[in-house]
Amino acid sequence: MTSTRSATLFALALLAPALIYILTIVAYPLVDTIILSFTNASLRPGYDFVGWANYERIFGAGNFTEVIIRTFIWTFFSVSLKMVIGMCGAVLLNAAIPGQALFRILTMPPWIVPMAIGIFMWGWMYNGQFGMISGLLQNFGIISGPVAWLAYGETAFWATIVTDVWIGVPMVTIYFLAAMQSIPRDLHEAAWTDGAGRFYRFRRITLPLMVPAIITMSLLSLIATFNSFDIIWILTQGGPSGSTTTMIIDTYKTAMGSRKYGEGAARAVVISIFVTMFCIVYFRAVRKLQQGEAK
Amino acid sequence: MSDVARSTEVAAADSKASVKPQAKARRGLWSASRPMIDRYKWYEVAALYAGLFVFLFFVLAPFIEGFLVSLKPLAQLFSTPYSFIPENGSFDAYINMWTSVPMLGMHIFNSFFISTVVTLIVVAVVVPAAYAFARFNFAGAGLMLAGFLAVNMFSGAVLLIPLFRLMRTMGLLNTYWAMIVPGAAFLIPSSVWLLRTYMMRIPRELDEAAWVDGASRLYTLRRVILPLAMPGIVVVAIMTFIGAYAQQFIFALTFNSKTEFMPLPIGLFAFFGKQEVVWNELMAASFVGILPVMIVIVFLQRYLVAGLTAGAVKQ
Repeated sequence: MTSTRSATLFALALLAPALIYILTIVAYPLVDTIILSFTNASLRPGYDFVGWANYERIFGAGNFTEVIIRTFIWTFFSVSLKMVIGMCGAVLLNAAIPGQALFRILTMPPWIVPMAIGIFMWGWMYNGQFGMISGLLQNFGIISGPVAWLAYGETAFWATIVTDVWIGVPMVTIYFLAAMQSIPRDLHEAAWTDGAGRFYRFRRITLPLMVPAIITMSLLSLIATFNSFDIIWILTQGGPSGSTTTMIIDTYKTAMGSRKYGEGAARAVVISIFVTMFCIVYFRAVRKLQQGEAK
Repeated sequence: MSDVARSTEVAAADSKASVKPQAKARRGLWSASRPMIDRYKWYEVAALYAGLFVFLFFVLAPFIEGFLVSLKPLAQLFSTPYSFIPENGSFDAYINMWTSVPMLGMHIFNSFFISTVVTLIVVAVVVPAAYAFARFNFAGAGLMLAGFLAVNMFSGAVLLIPLFRLMRTMGLLNTYWAMIVPGAAFLIPSSVWLLRTYMMRIPRELDEAAWVDGASRLYTLRRVILPLAMPGIVVVAIMTFIGAYAQQFIFALTFNSKTEFMPLPIGLFAFFGKQEVVWNELMAASFVGILPVMIVIVFLQRYLVAGLTAGAVKQ
């Protein structure tokens, strides 16, 4: 019943709405970005093709490579922290202690609450005079005076990372927890019978069996973090003096701030190239992991 | 209700990433019936709770601080030294915010309206697509599925320029549609994956039986598959709604400049940018915006875990 020609036509008819939708709203703009990147498009209606001029300009200016490097550093720290904290969270939530179910629910809010609203709250927490972080650290005597975390390049860079980690941690935690629970209990019991302690079992059973989950999650997280926009835009808009300007923020400023669509598109193309590479790595990794599972 | 409950259990069991509550945890910590392997020394228990406290404090601190700020009068808010607990706190901000943000009610309505329409579009588009992927082997199916997954990897921010031009050409700038149309597009792919997995669990024999009885393909989909897939569709709808509600920012920021169409996050962001931020009211308004989601967490958290983890291909 499923292999006839009419079945194929029926399937394609069912798919048509989703397909047309995605082609119009995602695929066409992607192609259009590439085309625009070779033009001098701006707010004016028409545009002319300018060859590689946009690319020459952005790579010639020098600060673009700086932005790329900054984006990678930002992403690297954010993803690593998400993985480490997520793993700690999963271990804690996996422990069979009273209150477990409640703790799991309490982990979720940053994930499902409107992102922008969570970021507003962080914006207040980073306030130097009256915010919680500066306030509590002063109360405990760790810092001597108020620190306006978002006002200095160095601290703003880390502040945006912390907020990004905060938003990403719940998902990583829940995903790791699920992976942890899919590890057969017999393995732990057998090792326990042989006298293996908790830490030893974690290192020799849990961690190795979670490698696929860790790889999958860090790649997904890498892609999401690389594309992160809301956090930086709300907290610092890329400032102070560009210290939190990642590639996405940079593109947004060029395109929507200065209305240089052509140059902005060229920057977007560079992002897309990176994302495409990450995607390829991700798909390859997933396929390999699945083959490994099948064995 | 029981239907939904059962289904999510299926969905939960289905995704490798299901989180099962462990009945064992409910037995007393030191009761004799507790399996030996799960017994902890007192200091291990203490360390676990201490760890959990630190972890949950990190996760919840902004909400705690936000809530306390919403209770503090402005004078106390802008005073040093810092005090964590509000003195003579009041709910005044929750009353005053309606006058200082005159459109607040409208913003909340907009957020709900946009999320609802996005959910309707996504469900309408995703159900047939998921069925096609779940049941028919046609050339290019695998490639298309991978293509759908790849859409997830591109954020709207990268495509902003052409999307802006597209919206302008279609005359959608500064309307609800400017936020709904692109918003839905980025939620379709993960929903297709989620529902496809669910539909693959419905026995193929049912379709074939209907086919043998002379039912048309469309009739089979409508009368056999849809009712059985309903619980899965509900999970997808909930996930889409939450996703649409949570992610209202960049499209609304860029494609709409009319205050009356702004969803809550953007309405508050405009407020956030003002010279003198009335922080206690901003936080109060934020909490009103969060409330619906919190209610969802409390009542639907079981389905949520199933849905969130099955959609872990997402983000």
